Amino acid sequence: MKARIALPFLLLAFLLAFAAPGSAGKMMSVQVRKGDVRATPNFLGKIVGTMAYGDRVEVLETRQGWMRVGPAGRSAGGWMHSSALSAKRIVLSAGAKDVQAAASGGELALAGKGFNADVEAEFKARNRNLDFSVIDRMQAAEVPQDKIALFLKEGGLAAGGGAR
Amino acid sequence: MRSRPGTTAARLLLAAALAIACGCAALDEVAKVGTSVAESQGKISKEQAQSITRSTGALAKAAEDFTPEQEYYVGRSVGAVIANRYRPYRNDQVNDYINLLGQALAQASDRPETFGGYHFLVLDSDEINAFATPGGLIFVSRGMLRCCDGEDAVAAVLAHEIAHVQLRHGIQSIEQSRKTEALKVLAVEGTKTFGRKELADLTKTFEDSIGDITSTLINNGYSRAFEREADAAAVEILSRVGYDPNALSAMLREMGKRLKPGGLDFAKTHPSPASRIEEISSLGLRGPSSPAPPARQARFRKALGGV
Repeated sequence: MKARIALPFLLLAFLLAFAAPGSAGKMMSVQVRKGDVRATPNFLGKIVGTMAYGDRVEVLETRQGWMRVGPAGRSAGGWMHSSALSAKRIVLSAGAKDVQAAASGGELALAGKGFNADVEAEFKARNRNLDFSVIDRMQAAEVPQDKIALFLKEGGLAAGGGAR
Repeated sequence: MRSRPGTTAARLLLAAALAIACGCAALDEVAKVGTSVAESQGKISKEQAQSITRSTGALAKAAEDFTPEQEYYVGRSVGAVIANRYRPYRNDQVNDYINLLGQALAQASDRPETFGGYHFLVLDSDEINAFATPGGLIFVSRGMLRCCDGEDAVAAVLAHEIAHVQLRHGIQSIEQSRKTEALKVLAVEGTKTFGRKELADLTKTFEDSIGDITSTLINNGYSRAFEREADAAAVEILSRVGYDPNALSAMLREMGKRLKPGGLDFAKTHPSPASRIEEISSLGLRGPSSPAPPARQARFRKALGGV
Protein backbone atom coordinates (compact mmCIF):
# COMPACT_ATOMS: atom_id res chain seq x y z
CA MET A 1 0.00 0.00 0.00
CA LYS A 2 2.83 2.33 0.89
CA ALA A 3 4.50 1.68 -2.44
CA ARG A 4 1.28 2.46 -4.31
CA ILE A 5 1.06 5.90 -2.75
CA ALA A 6 4.74 6.62 -3.11
CA LEU A 7 4.98 5.66 -6.75
CA PRO A 8 3.51 8.82 -8.33
CA PHE A 9 5.75 10.98 -6.14
CA LEU A 10 8.81 8.94 -7.00
CA LEU A 11 7.95 9.13 -10.67
CA LEU A 12 7.53 12.89 -10.43
CA ALA A 13 10.83 13.31 -8.61
CA PHE A 14 12.53 11.09 -11.14
CA LEU A 15 11.12 13.07 -14.07
CA LEU A 16 12.02 16.41 -12.50
CA ALA A 17 15.54 15.26 -11.88
CA PHE A 18 16.26 13.73 -15.25
CA ALA A 19 13.92 15.25 -17.84
CA ALA A 20 15.66 17.50 -20.35
CA PRO A 21 14.70 21.08 -19.62
CA GLY A 22 13.56 23.31 -22.47
CA SER A 23 16.73 24.07 -24.32
CA ALA A 24 15.89 27.46 -25.86
CA GLY A 25 18.00 30.18 -24.24
CA LYS A 26 20.37 27.61 -22.82
CA MET A 27 24.12 28.07 -23.19
CA MET A 28 26.10 25.25 -24.81
CA SER A 29 29.77 24.68 -25.62
CA VAL A 30 31.26 23.53 -28.90
CA GLN A 31 32.77 20.10 -28.17
CA VAL A 32 34.35 19.41 -31.56
CA ARG A 33 37.58 20.81 -32.95
CA LYS A 34 35.82 22.68 -35.77
CA GLY A 35 32.07 23.23 -35.58
CA ASP A 36 30.38 24.25 -38.82
CA VAL A 37 27.38 26.54 -38.56
CA ARG A 38 24.84 26.12 -41.37
CA ALA A 39 22.07 28.21 -42.89
CA THR A 40 19.54 25.36 -42.66
CA PRO A 41 19.22 22.40 -40.24
CA ASN A 42 20.89 19.78 -42.44
CA PHE A 43 24.37 18.94 -43.68
CA LEU A 44 23.60 20.19 -47.18
CA GLY A 45 22.90 23.67 -45.76
CA LYS A 46 25.36 26.39 -46.72
CA ILE A 47 28.12 26.84 -44.15
CA VAL A 48 27.74 30.37 -42.78
CA GLY A 49 30.32 30.22 -40.03
CA THR A 50 32.67 28.07 -38.01
CA MET A 51 32.98 27.79 -34.25
CA ALA A 52 36.06 26.69 -32.35
CA TYR A 53 36.39 24.10 -29.59
CA GLY A 54 35.14 25.51 -26.30
CA ASP A 55 33.19 28.42 -27.86
CA ARG A 56 29.98 29.24 -25.97
CA VAL A 57 26.75 29.60 -27.91
CA GLU A 58 23.18 30.37 -26.96
CA VAL A 59 20.50 27.98 -28.17
CA LEU A 60 17.74 29.92 -29.92
CA GLU A 61 15.70 27.04 -31.29
CA THR A 62 15.88 23.24 -31.53
CA ARG A 63 14.62 21.03 -34.31
CA GLN A 64 15.10 17.23 -34.48
CA GLY A 65 18.72 16.94 -33.49
CA TRP A 66 19.68 20.41 -34.73
CA MET A 67 20.07 23.62 -32.76
CA ARG A 68 19.90 27.16 -34.04
CA VAL A 69 22.61 28.90 -32.11
CA GLY A 70 24.03 32.34 -31.88
CA PRO A 71 26.45 34.31 -29.80
CA ALA A 72 24.62 35.32 -26.60
CA GLY A 73 22.29 38.30 -27.02
CA ARG A 74 22.00 38.16 -30.82
CA SER A 75 18.93 36.88 -32.61
CA ALA A 76 20.46 35.69 -35.90
CA GLY A 77 22.80 32.71 -35.86
CA GLY A 78 22.87 29.41 -37.65
CA TRP A 79 22.30 25.68 -37.25
CA MET A 80 24.63 23.20 -35.62
CA HIS A 81 23.99 19.51 -35.06
CA SER A 82 23.48 18.84 -31.37
CA SER A 83 26.24 16.22 -31.35
CA ALA A 84 28.74 19.07 -31.85
CA LEU A 85 27.52 20.75 -28.66
CA SER A 86 27.78 19.97 -24.97
CA ALA A 87 25.82 21.28 -22.03
CA LYS A 88 29.06 21.25 -20.05
CA ARG A 89 31.19 24.36 -19.85
CA ILE A 90 34.45 23.51 -21.54
CA VAL A 91 37.34 25.18 -19.80
CA LEU A 92 40.24 25.67 -22.18
CA SER A 93 42.88 26.51 -19.62
CA ALA A 94 41.76 25.20 -16.28
CA GLY A 95 43.18 27.55 -13.69
CA ALA A 96 42.09 27.15 -10.11
CA LYS A 97 39.54 29.96 -10.52
CA ASP A 98 37.83 28.31 -13.49
CA VAL A 99 37.63 25.04 -11.67
CA GLN A 100 36.10 26.66 -8.60
CA ALA A 101 33.66 28.79 -10.57
CA ALA A 102 32.47 25.77 -12.46
CA ALA A 103 32.25 23.79 -9.26
CA SER A 104 29.47 25.99 -7.97
CA GLY A 105 27.89 26.84 -11.32
CA GLY A 106 27.39 23.50 -13.01
CA GLU A 107 29.11 20.88 -15.04
CA LEU A 108 32.56 21.32 -16.38
CA ALA A 109 34.80 19.68 -18.95
CA LEU A 110 38.52 20.30 -18.89
CA ALA A 111 39.86 20.88 -22.40
CA GLY A 112 43.35 19.70 -23.20
CA LYS A 113 43.49 17.70 -19.97
CA GLY A 114 43.70 13.97 -19.39
CA PHE A 115 44.49 12.04 -22.55
CA ASN A 116 45.90 14.82 -24.72
CA ALA A 117 48.59 15.62 -27.29
CA ASP A 118 51.33 15.41 -24.61
CA VAL A 119 50.19 11.95 -23.57
CA GLU A 120 50.04 10.87 -27.22
CA ALA A 121 53.61 12.15 -27.78
CA GLU A 122 54.79 10.16 -24.75
CA PHE A 123 52.92 7.07 -26.01
CA LYS A 124 54.55 7.49 -29.46
CA ALA A 125 57.98 7.70 -27.88
CA ARG A 126 57.33 4.42 -26.07
CA ASN A 127 55.90 2.71 -29.18
CA ARG A 128 58.16 3.72 -32.02
CA ASN A 129 56.96 0.85 -34.21
CA LEU A 130 53.59 2.59 -34.64
CA ASP A 131 53.26 4.78 -37.73
CA PHE A 132 51.00 7.73 -36.90
CA SER A 133 51.51 9.25 -40.37
CA VAL A 134 48.87 6.78 -41.66
CA ILE A 135 46.40 8.25 -39.16
CA ASP A 136 47.45 11.84 -39.96
CA ARG A 137 46.86 11.24 -43.68
CA MET A 138 43.54 9.56 -42.96
CA GLN A 139 42.36 12.56 -40.94
CA ALA A 140 43.68 15.12 -43.42
CA ALA A 141 41.45 13.82 -46.22
CA GLU A 142 38.26 15.86 -46.27
CA VAL A 143 35.22 15.09 -48.37
CA PRO A 144 33.60 18.28 -49.70
CA GLN A 145 29.89 18.54 -48.94
CA ASP A 146 28.99 19.17 -52.61
CA LYS A 147 30.57 15.83 -53.52
CA ILE A 148 28.43 14.11 -50.89
CA ALA A 149 25.33 15.87 -52.26
CA LEU A 150 26.12 14.70 -55.80
CA PHE A 151 26.88 11.17 -54.57
CA LEU A 152 23.49 10.97 -52.87
CA LYS A 153 21.62 12.41 -55.87
CA GLU A 154 23.25 10.13 -58.44
CA GLY A 155 22.70 7.10 -56.23
CA GLY A 156 18.99 7.85 -55.85
CA LEU A 157 19.52 8.50 -52.13
CA ALA A 158 18.49 11.16 -49.63
CA ALA A 159 20.53 13.20 -47.18
CA GLY A 160 19.79 11.42 -43.93
CA GLY A 161 21.26 14.01 -41.61
CA GLY A 162 18.67 16.76 -41.67
CA ALA A 163 15.80 17.74 -39.45
CA ARG A 164 13.01 15.46 -40.52
CA MET B 1 5.34 -14.72 -3.94
CA ARG B 2 4.59 -12.18 -6.61
CA SER B 3 5.01 -8.50 -5.97
CA ARG B 4 2.61 -6.01 -7.47
CA PRO B 5 3.89 -4.20 -10.56
CA GLY B 6 3.65 -0.86 -8.73
CA THR B 7 5.93 -2.06 -5.95
CA THR B 8 8.44 -3.44 -8.40
CA ALA B 9 8.48 -0.20 -10.37
CA ALA B 10 8.97 1.83 -7.19
CA ARG B 11 11.83 -0.42 -6.14
CA LEU B 12 13.44 -0.08 -9.54
CA LEU B 13 13.18 3.70 -9.40
CA LEU B 14 14.70 3.77 -5.96
CA ALA B 15 17.49 1.45 -7.05
CA ALA B 16 18.20 3.65 -10.06
CA ALA B 17 18.31 6.80 -7.94
CA LEU B 18 20.60 5.11 -5.42
CA ALA B 19 22.90 3.79 -8.12
CA ILE B 20 23.28 7.28 -9.56
CA ALA B 21 23.91 8.82 -6.15
CA CYS B 22 26.46 6.14 -5.22
CA GLY B 23 28.27 6.51 -8.54
CA CYS B 24 28.95 10.20 -7.93
CA ALA B 25 29.94 9.60 -4.31
CA ALA B 26 32.48 7.00 -5.39
CA LEU B 27 34.07 9.45 -7.80
CA ASP B 28 34.18 12.14 -5.14
CA GLU B 29 35.95 9.69 -2.89
CA VAL B 30 38.54 8.95 -5.54
CA ALA B 31 39.25 12.65 -6.02
CA LYS B 32 39.70 13.10 -2.27
CA VAL B 33 42.14 10.21 -2.12
CA GLY B 34 44.05 11.61 -5.11
CA THR B 35 44.20 15.00 -3.43
CA SER B 36 45.46 13.74 -0.10
CA VAL B 37 48.11 11.61 -1.79
CA ALA B 38 49.31 14.59 -3.82
CA GLU B 39 49.33 16.78 -0.72
CA SER B 40 51.27 14.28 1.37
CA GLN B 41 53.85 13.94 -1.39
CA GLY B 42 54.33 17.70 -1.36
CA LYS B 43 53.09 18.10 -4.92
CA ILE B 44 50.44 20.63 -3.91
CA SER B 45 50.06 23.05 -1.05
CA LYS B 46 47.38 22.75 1.63
CA GLU B 47 45.50 25.66 0.04
CA GLN B 48 45.56 23.97 -3.32
CA ALA B 49 44.40 20.74 -1.75
CA GLN B 50 41.48 22.58 -0.15
CA SER B 51 40.54 24.21 -3.41
CA ILE B 52 40.58 20.83 -5.10
CA THR B 53 38.40 19.32 -2.40
CA ARG B 54 35.94 22.21 -2.80
CA SER B 55 35.73 21.63 -6.53
CA THR B 56 35.83 17.87 -6.30
CA GLY B 57 32.21 17.50 -7.28
CA ALA B 58 32.72 19.31 -10.56
CA LEU B 59 35.99 17.55 -11.26
CA ALA B 60 34.47 14.17 -10.60
CA LYS B 61 31.71 14.96 -13.04
CA ALA B 62 34.16 16.32 -15.59
CA ALA B 63 36.16 13.11 -15.58
CA GLU B 64 33.23 10.75 -15.22
CA ASP B 65 33.32 10.15 -18.93
CA PHE B 66 36.14 10.77 -21.31
CA THR B 67 35.49 13.96 -23.24
CA PRO B 68 35.17 13.78 -27.05
CA GLU B 69 38.65 15.32 -27.13
CA GLN B 70 40.12 12.50 -25.04
CA GLU B 71 38.16 9.99 -27.08
CA TYR B 72 39.84 11.49 -30.15
CA TYR B 73 43.33 10.86 -28.80
CA VAL B 74 42.43 7.33 -27.72
CA GLY B 75 41.03 6.67 -31.21
CA ARG B 76 44.16 7.91 -32.95
CA SER B 77 46.39 5.53 -31.02
CA VAL B 78 44.03 2.57 -31.40
CA GLY B 79 43.97 3.39 -35.13
CA ALA B 80 47.77 3.42 -35.27
CA VAL B 81 47.86 -0.05 -33.68
CA ILE B 82 45.35 -1.39 -36.22
CA ALA B 83 47.05 0.24 -39.23
CA ASN B 84 50.36 -1.17 -38.03
CA ARG B 85 48.99 -4.67 -37.73
CA TYR B 86 47.13 -4.76 -41.04
CA ARG B 87 48.77 -2.18 -43.36
CA PRO B 88 46.68 0.30 -45.33
CA TYR B 89 45.50 -0.54 -48.85
CA ARG B 90 47.06 2.14 -51.01
CA ASN B 91 44.43 2.67 -53.67
CA ASP B 92 42.97 6.16 -53.89
CA GLN B 93 39.99 5.16 -55.99
CA VAL B 94 38.88 2.59 -53.42
CA ASN B 95 39.58 4.79 -50.38
CA ASP B 96 37.89 7.85 -51.91
CA TYR B 97 34.75 5.84 -52.63
CA ILE B 98 34.68 4.39 -49.12
CA ASN B 99 35.11 7.86 -47.61
CA LEU B 100 32.37 9.39 -49.73
CA LEU B 101 29.94 6.61 -48.86
CA GLY B 102 31.03 6.61 -45.23
CA GLN B 103 30.55 10.36 -44.80
CA ALA B 104 27.07 10.21 -46.32
CA LEU B 105 26.16 7.50 -43.79
CA ALA B 106 27.85 9.14 -40.78
CA GLN B 107 25.86 12.33 -41.39
CA ALA B 108 22.68 10.27 -41.07
CA SER B 109 23.71 8.75 -37.74
CA ASP B 110 22.59 10.05 -34.35
CA ARG B 111 26.14 11.27 -33.77
CA PRO B 112 27.29 12.88 -37.00
CA GLU B 113 29.79 15.17 -35.28
CA THR B 114 32.78 13.86 -33.37
CA PHE B 115 35.82 15.83 -32.19
CA GLY B 116 37.91 15.04 -35.28
CA GLY B 117 35.20 13.71 -37.61
CA TYR B 118 34.75 10.33 -39.33
CA HIS B 119 37.51 8.98 -41.58
CA PHE B 120 37.68 5.67 -43.43
CA LEU B 121 40.55 3.49 -44.62
CA VAL B 122 40.68 0.14 -46.42
CA LEU B 123 43.14 -2.42 -45.02
CA ASP B 124 45.25 -4.58 -47.31
CA SER B 125 44.11 -7.88 -45.84
CA ASP B 126 42.23 -10.96 -47.02
CA GLU B 127 40.72 -11.35 -43.55
CA ILE B 128 37.03 -10.56 -43.25
CA ASN B 129 37.29 -7.73 -40.79
CA ALA B 130 36.29 -4.17 -39.90
CA PHE B 131 37.12 -1.92 -36.96
CA ALA B 132 35.82 1.33 -35.53
CA THR B 133 37.98 3.28 -33.11
CA PRO B 134 36.54 5.76 -30.60
CA GLY B 135 35.88 9.12 -32.23
CA GLY B 136 35.33 7.85 -35.76
CA LEU B 137 38.36 6.27 -37.46
CA ILE B 138 36.92 3.31 -39.35
CA PHE B 139 38.87 0.50 -41.04
CA VAL B 140 37.52 -2.16 -43.38
CA SER B 141 39.51 -4.99 -44.95
CA ARG B 142 39.63 -5.91 -48.65
CA GLY B 143 38.38 -9.35 -47.61
CA MET B 144 35.29 -7.76 -46.09
CA LEU B 145 34.64 -5.64 -49.19
CA ARG B 146 34.81 -8.79 -51.33
CA CYS B 147 31.78 -10.12 -49.43
CA CYS B 148 29.76 -7.16 -50.75
CA ASP B 149 27.74 -7.59 -53.93
CA GLY B 150 26.69 -3.96 -54.20
CA GLU B 151 26.84 -0.49 -52.68
CA ASP B 152 24.01 -1.27 -50.27
CA ALA B 153 26.06 -4.10 -48.78
CA VAL B 154 29.14 -1.88 -48.35
CA ALA B 155 26.87 0.72 -46.77
CA ALA B 156 25.63 -1.93 -44.33
CA VAL B 157 29.19 -2.78 -43.24
CA LEU B 158 30.15 0.88 -42.76
CA ALA B 159 26.86 1.73 -41.02
CA HIS B 160 27.51 -1.05 -38.47
CA GLU B 161 30.94 0.42 -37.70
CA ILE B 162 29.56 3.99 -37.52
CA ALA B 163 26.99 2.65 -35.06
CA HIS B 164 29.80 1.42 -32.77
CA VAL B 165 31.22 4.97 -32.79
CA GLN B 166 27.81 6.55 -32.23
CA LEU B 167 27.12 4.24 -29.29
CA ARG B 168 30.61 4.78 -27.84
CA HIS B 169 31.23 1.04 -27.60
CA GLY B 170 35.01 1.38 -27.98
CA ILE B 171 35.48 3.75 -25.08
CA GLN B 172 33.22 1.59 -22.91
CA SER B 173 35.60 -1.33 -23.29
CA ILE B 174 38.19 0.59 -21.28
CA GLU B 175 38.30 -0.96 -17.84
CA GLN B 176 36.77 1.08 -15.03
CA SER B 177 40.05 1.00 -13.08
CA ARG B 178 41.75 3.08 -15.82
CA LYS B 179 39.11 5.77 -15.47
CA THR B 180 39.74 5.84 -11.74
CA GLU B 181 43.49 6.14 -12.33
CA ALA B 182 43.01 8.91 -14.89
CA LEU B 183 40.73 10.72 -12.46
CA LYS B 184 43.34 10.65 -9.73
CA VAL B 185 45.77 12.46 -12.02
CA LEU B 186 43.07 14.87 -13.19
CA ALA B 187 42.16 15.78 -9.63
CA VAL B 188 45.71 16.99 -9.10
CA GLU B 189 45.99 18.47 -12.57
CA GLY B 190 42.92 20.65 -12.14
CA THR B 191 44.83 23.26 -10.17
CA LYS B 192 48.43 22.47 -10.91
CA THR B 193 50.66 22.37 -13.94
CA PHE B 194 51.48 18.97 -15.23
CA GLY B 195 54.67 17.41 -13.88
CA ARG B 196 56.84 14.68 -15.38
CA LYS B 197 55.48 12.13 -12.92
CA GLU B 198 51.82 12.86 -13.74
CA LEU B 199 52.53 12.63 -17.47
CA ALA B 200 54.23 9.28 -17.02
CA ASP B 201 51.35 7.98 -14.86
CA LEU B 202 48.75 9.17 -17.31
CA THR B 203 50.63 7.72 -20.29
CA LYS B 204 50.70 4.35 -18.52
CA THR B 205 46.92 4.56 -18.03
CA PHE B 206 46.56 5.65 -21.66
CA GLU B 207 48.65 2.71 -22.87
CA ASP B 208 46.54 0.30 -20.80
CA SER B 209 43.34 1.84 -22.17
CA ILE B 210 44.59 1.42 -25.76
CA GLY B 211 45.35 -2.19 -24.85
CA ASP B 212 41.82 -2.74 -23.49
CA ILE B 213 40.27 -1.47 -26.72
CA THR B 214 42.57 -3.16 -29.22
CA SER B 215 42.24 -6.53 -27.50
CA THR B 216 38.45 -6.10 -27.59
CA LEU B 217 38.47 -5.14 -31.27
CA ILE B 218 41.03 -7.68 -32.46
CA ASN B 219 40.69 -10.64 -30.09
CA ASN B 220 37.69 -10.74 -27.81
CA GLY B 221 34.94 -8.84 -29.58
CA TYR B 222 32.15 -6.82 -28.02
CA SER B 223 29.28 -8.33 -26.09
CA ARG B 224 26.37 -9.78 -27.99
CA ALA B 225 24.24 -6.90 -26.70
CA PHE B 226 26.59 -4.29 -28.18
CA GLU B 227 26.56 -6.06 -31.57
CA ARG B 228 22.76 -6.23 -31.48
CA GLU B 229 22.61 -2.50 -30.71
CA ALA B 230 25.04 -1.72 -33.51
CA ASP B 231 23.05 -3.79 -36.03
CA ALA B 232 19.82 -2.04 -35.02
CA ALA B 233 21.42 1.42 -35.33
CA ALA B 234 22.98 0.40 -38.67
CA VAL B 235 19.65 -0.52 -40.28
CA GLU B 236 18.24 2.80 -39.02
CA ILE B 237 21.08 4.70 -40.71
CA LEU B 238 20.60 2.71 -43.94
CA SER B 239 16.88 3.49 -43.97
CA ARG B 240 17.44 7.20 -43.37
CA VAL B 241 19.73 7.49 -46.41
CA GLY B 242 17.53 5.32 -48.62
CA TYR B 243 19.60 2.14 -48.78
CA ASP B 244 17.90 -1.22 -48.42
CA PRO B 245 18.04 -2.00 -44.67
CA ASN B 246 17.82 -5.70 -45.58
CA ALA B 247 21.26 -5.33 -47.15
CA LEU B 248 22.82 -5.98 -43.74
CA SER B 249 21.24 -9.43 -43.47
CA ALA B 250 22.05 -10.19 -47.11
CA MET B 251 25.65 -9.19 -46.51
CA LEU B 252 25.83 -11.33 -43.35
CA ARG B 253 24.50 -14.32 -45.30
CA GLU B 254 27.32 -13.94 -47.82
CA MET B 255 29.82 -13.44 -45.00
CA GLY B 256 28.55 -16.61 -43.33
CA LYS B 257 29.42 -18.58 -46.48
CA ARG B 258 32.94 -17.19 -46.54
CA LEU B 259 33.94 -17.12 -42.86
CA LYS B 260 36.14 -20.05 -41.92
CA PRO B 261 35.38 -21.70 -38.58
CA GLY B 262 38.13 -20.88 -36.12
CA GLY B 263 39.26 -17.90 -38.22
CA LEU B 264 40.92 -14.98 -36.48
CA ASP B 265 38.61 -12.36 -38.01
CA PHE B 266 34.87 -11.72 -37.65
CA ALA B 267 34.48 -15.44 -36.97
CA LYS B 268 36.28 -14.82 -33.69
CA THR B 269 35.02 -11.41 -32.63
CA HIS B 270 31.36 -11.41 -33.70
CA PRO B 271 28.28 -13.50 -33.00
CA SER B 272 27.57 -15.89 -35.88
CA PRO B 273 26.02 -14.28 -38.98
CA ALA B 274 23.01 -16.60 -38.61
CA SER B 275 22.25 -15.39 -35.08
CA ARG B 276 22.67 -11.76 -36.13
CA ILE B 277 20.34 -12.27 -39.10
CA GLU B 278 17.77 -13.76 -36.72
CA GLU B 279 18.03 -10.75 -34.39
CA ILE B 280 17.74 -8.32 -37.31
CA SER B 281 14.68 -10.13 -38.67
CA SER B 282 12.92 -9.43 -35.37
CA LEU B 283 13.11 -5.71 -36.23
CA GLY B 284 10.53 -6.23 -39.00
CA LEU B 285 12.32 -4.27 -41.71
CA ARG B 286 10.71 -3.04 -44.89
CA GLY B 287 12.50 -2.66 -48.19
CA PRO B 288 13.58 0.70 -49.64
CA SER B 289 10.87 3.03 -50.90
CA SER B 290 12.38 3.25 -54.37
CA PRO B 291 14.54 0.83 -56.37
CA ALA B 292 18.25 1.56 -56.74
CA PRO B 293 19.13 3.36 -59.98
CA PRO B 294 21.66 1.58 -62.25
CA ALA B 295 24.18 4.36 -61.50
CA ARG B 296 24.55 3.09 -57.93
CA GLN B 297 25.63 -0.39 -58.98
CA ALA B 298 27.80 1.03 -61.79
CA ARG B 299 29.86 3.20 -59.46
CA PHE B 300 30.21 0.36 -56.97
CA ARG B 301 31.63 -1.89 -59.72
CA LYS B 302 33.91 0.87 -60.97
CA ALA B 303 35.34 1.59 -57.53
CA LEU B 304 35.46 -1.87 -55.95
CA GLY B 305 35.41 -4.23 -58.95
CA GLY B 306 39.07 -5.03 -58.51
CA VAL B 307 39.32 -5.02 -54.73
